Amino acid sequence: MNEISEIKAMDLVERARRVAKIAASHADDVDARGRFPEEAIAAMKAERLLGVQVPADLGGEGATTAEIAEICSILGQSCAAAAMTFSMHQIKVSSVVSHGADAPWHQAFLKRIAGEQLLLGSATTEAGIGGNMRNSICAIEVDGDTCRLEKDATVISYGEEADAILVTSRSHADAAPSDQVMTVFLKGQYTLEKTHDWDTLGMRGTCSDGFLFKGEAPAEQILPKPFAEIAAQSMLANAHILWSAVWFGIAADAVNRAQSFVKAAARRTPGTTPPGALRLAEVSGLLQLVKSNVMTALGQFEAARDDETKLSSMAFAVAINNVKISSSELILTIINHCMMICGIMGYKNGTPFSLGRHLRDAHSAQLMISNDRILANSSTMLLVQRQDTSLLR
Amino acid sequence: MNATIRELLAEHGSLPVSVETLANDADLYEAGLSSFASVQVMLALEEHFDIEFPDTMLNRKSFATIAAITACVATLCGDQEAAQ
Repeated sequence: MNEISEIKAMDLVERARRVAKIAASHADDVDARGRFPEEAIAAMKAERLLGVQVPADLGGEGATTAEIAEICSILGQSCAAAAMTFSMHQIKVSSVVSHGADAPWHQAFLKRIAGEQLLLGSATTEAGIGGNMRNSICAIEVDGDTCRLEKDATVISYGEEADAILVTSRSHADAAPSDQVMTVFLKGQYTLEKTHDWDTLGMRGTCSDGFLFKGEAPAEQILPKPFAEIAAQSMLANAHILWSAVWFGIAADAVNRAQSFVKAAARRTPGTTPPGALRLAEVSGLLQLVKSNVMTALGQFEAARDDETKLSSMAFAVAINNVKISSSELILTIINHCMMICGIMGYKNGTPFSLGRHLRDAHSAQLMISNDRILANSSTMLLVQRQDTSLLR
Repeated sequence: MNATIRELLAEHGSLPVSVETLANDADLYEAGLSSFASVQVMLALEEHFDIEFPDTMLNRKSFATIAAITACVATLCGDQEAAQ
């Protein structure tokens, strides 16, 4: 990393920390009431974090995936719902940056994201597709310069708060279910009729309600590349890495709380090792595994970034799938260990060592794109793909 | 070789359309080839031609069209003419 990018990264970290402070002070209320983390999102806009990934020549800061992952982790340590909202927004921005920057409409849109700090939402799931976002039932209808789309979207995270929604569909009325495109619809170009309430165990503040989406927009807002390529070359890697960064943040905060608990006990009884100390050592190793995992994936993604063949290769897909599976499973083990360390003080709400929210939020990790679906996908590829056994990149 | 590949694609590709209707350069993913089915076709090709796809060929591009598959198989079989 050269000196200038180091300064920029430091600056991003400082800005993210200021947002995290605000997010942390509202996190319990966001969770208890299942409401949108509006204070945290307003702070992100004020710190101009929503546009950091937009290239500098379009008014953003050209932040790298590693820098965005660091912001996700910092936010994840304060309010998981705010962090997940930020990560989902950045995943959508990455699709436009990677696959739309050559198209005039999408270039102008990227300028608006940075200039006006627009929050992007996503509608990739649909009733009847069995959770496989690489299939669509709905089809976009292109009529001259206009496109129309109606989608029974079972989940649109922060749908009502988003300034634009990126929606997948079949590319035309006769297209196969996997022949998909993604279209940007701006607020005002669509209506949302709520069909499902988001009342969940955790991640309550993402407000991922279900909606009947009806949109009409200029046809040039359809992303110029097939969604299959967007998914394979940027979306899945960004999603699994940035989600893992959020999850790492949740687990890191749990370990911080457990460490504070053990330290407090050690200070009370100098000369004796507190009972939770051994478990703390163990959990610090597990947390390091999640960190290594995310950092390795960031390195692999960086190395493959400009090589479409590498990005679409099975080796890369299996590696990125593995990152998602292991981080989502490990954080549950980690938070559970922390609960054992903090005991009843961790189990109770409203103590400095409370871990209930962390544990509930963390349970979403295995389900957002079900681990079983990802394992099935990897298991197919491993019928032909050989294991990468090299320790060199 | 092209005819054999078309046969194996018809048998293992689970395509919603008939393989005969597809030109050599038609996009198979647009025609409905899933990633699961593409692996099944790969396995059938490996078995039939007694070849093994190297990691460099395990990407979307290698399986995007019948022509691309033919080129990969031909390279692996050492058939320079068909690989062109």
